[in-house]
Amino acid sequence: MVPSQNIKLVSFGIPEKGLLDKIAKSVMKAFNRSVTVKEARLELGQYFDGQRRQYNADQLIQMVEDHYASEQHKTIGLFQIDLFIPILTYIFGQAYLNGQTAVASSYRLGNERYGILKNTNQLSDRFAKEVIHELGHAFGLVHCHTPYCVMQASTYVEDIDLKKADFCAKCKALLKNKNS
Amino acid sequence: MKKNSILIVDDEASVRDSLYNWFLEDGFEVSCAENASKALNMLDNQRFDIILADIKMPGMDGLEMLRRIKQIIPDAVVIVITAFATVDTAVQALKDGAFDYVTKPFDPDDLSHLIRNALKQITLSTENESLRSLVVDLENVEDIIGESEPVKQMLTEVEHVAQSNASVIITGESGTGKELIAKAIHSNSSRRFFPLVSVHCGALTESLLESELFGHEKGAFTGAVYNRKGRFEMADNGTIFLDEIATISTKMQVELLRVLESKTFVRVGGHKTISSDFRVICATNRDLKKMVQEGSFREDLYYRLNVVNIRVPPLRERKDDIPLLVNYFIEKYCTSMSRSKVGMDKTAMKRLQEYDFPGNVRELENIIERAIVVGNGKEIRLKDLPLSKEVSTNKIESLDELERQHIVNILGKYSWNISRTAKALSIDRVTLYNKIKKYDLKQND
Ligand SMILES: [Zn+2]
Ligand SMILES: [Zn+2]
Repeated sequence: MVPSQNIKLVSFGIPEKGLLDKIAKSVMKAFNRSVTVKEARLELGQYFDGQRRQYNADQLIQMVEDHYASEQHKTIGLFQIDLFIPILTYIFGQAYLNGQTAVASSYRLGNERYGILKNTNQLSDRFAKEVIHELGHAFGLVHCHTPYCVMQASTYVEDIDLKKADFCAKCKALLKNKNS
Repeated sequence: MKKNSILIVDDEASVRDSLYNWFLEDGFEVSCAENASKALNMLDNQRFDIILADIKMPGMDGLEMLRRIKQIIPDAVVIVITAFATVDTAVQALKDGAFDYVTKPFDPDDLSHLIRNALKQITLSTENESLRSLVVDLENVEDIIGESEPVKQMLTEVEHVAQSNASVIITGESGTGKELIAKAIHSNSSRRFFPLVSVHCGALTESLLESELFGHEKGAFTGAVYNRKGRFEMADNGTIFLDEIATISTKMQVELLRVLESKTFVRVGGHKTISSDFRVICATNRDLKKMVQEGSFREDLYYRLNVVNIRVPPLRERKDDIPLLVNYFIEKYCTSMSRSKVGMDKTAMKRLQEYDFPGNVRELENIIERAIVVGNGKEIRLKDLPLSKEVSTNKIESLDELERQHIVNILGKYSWNISRTAKALSIDRVTLYNKIKKYDLKQND
């Protein structure tokens, strides 16, 4: 029953195996597709912008597209670095809409960055939702206004906590139509 | 639904590309122009809901372009982009009729808010033009399953109250789906482009609730390196949903009343007064009026919150809906477990319709989920239902005894896993521990 196009998570230096497993599980549950996890090595220096002290997500997503994406998969690169695009101060992730590729970073998702106690479960929940969200874009979904839908736009980490790691009925129906 | 359209005018390719992708993800139809004269040409042939233009461009600059656009299309929504050093020009742009301005690089939250504000204005003006048809199709109510009279009546109330800005209290027993009603009200109000922000008051201690609701400033305490928005701030232009409102302390009741009256507050560790335009919806399974009489809930707060009251009927008052609900949950869980859809044995259905469901729709949902897991994969049978061994709730008279028995049942169902039991009962773990203590419950009791 599993549809043909599957999902590939490529980890660029995320050390916790447990975190990756948890994300893979949530993604599998949300999309009902098989998920593979791959670890990659990459010299990140060339994507670093010295002036902004952040990493260029437009260049990173193109890199993932060029070297890791394929027709058979939706591929998402997972990072733990501070991502930006030229016009925005930061992003949690981005995707080529209706394309093959996405990127997401856990960098700004942890509580400790905001002065609250570190909470590993919350971090993995947030990261999973962010990954599902970006993959949703890769499958052609746009932002959704339905409360709790994972495709709601999130600009603050707390916004992510308001969402579930799942699509609303409307987005689910759209996802189904895309690939049957 | 028609997509909103945007025209991005900027001479820098990397900026155009970034914004192009961002607005695509946001569901826009996006066009780009690298200079003002190209943009003006495009505007000759096509209408755009929003025009986002850089002020500083070679050739005709953004300000000049703005003036020309406003001459031809007076109600055009133009947002200008400025560099940090040129805020003065931004002010000039506002005088010349720009909707607003952003300074680059933008904070994603600012951009998002700005665009939602613009969309709200556009929607409101077109809705006024078409005088809003009287029959409104309710949005986002597909999770509220039922065709019985009580449900229809409740949805009519939702439809009415959605059009207003009034505070709402949703009352109903645990498991009736009060949050779905809040979601329906929000989704059908003019606030729908902004967030519905939920706070489960019972799950937070007093000090956590404060930081959660009001946010904190960078440097408020060791390690607070970023500002953190509170829930009231996040709900700006949207709706805040305070679940389990009866659980908040007397001190928080005072604070809450103050915020509701002034719509302003200060972040923890901050000085600046922040204002936020939110609508408030509360929910409770308690009798607030009685709590007011007993003195445990403030009367003034009660009246401020209780402008409209929507009661969610318990499942036993709408048993006609049980078959519909059963079918809905079978579909839901068979899909999520990637199984083919199972049927429902007649006697099993009859048994469900006789049962009183003290845990309401949520209990029914749990029963169906479990039945699919333990069942034969073809059909849900009587023996797949965990109902037979339980004490019939009809023999219980006091509410406490009913609560005790229900907690015992659910604890048993989840093998005393506190988190899962609390989740199923939709109370927080602390409350569950307190109740276990209160009723002196022990495993293998
Ligand atoms: Zn998105
Ligand atoms: Zn959705």
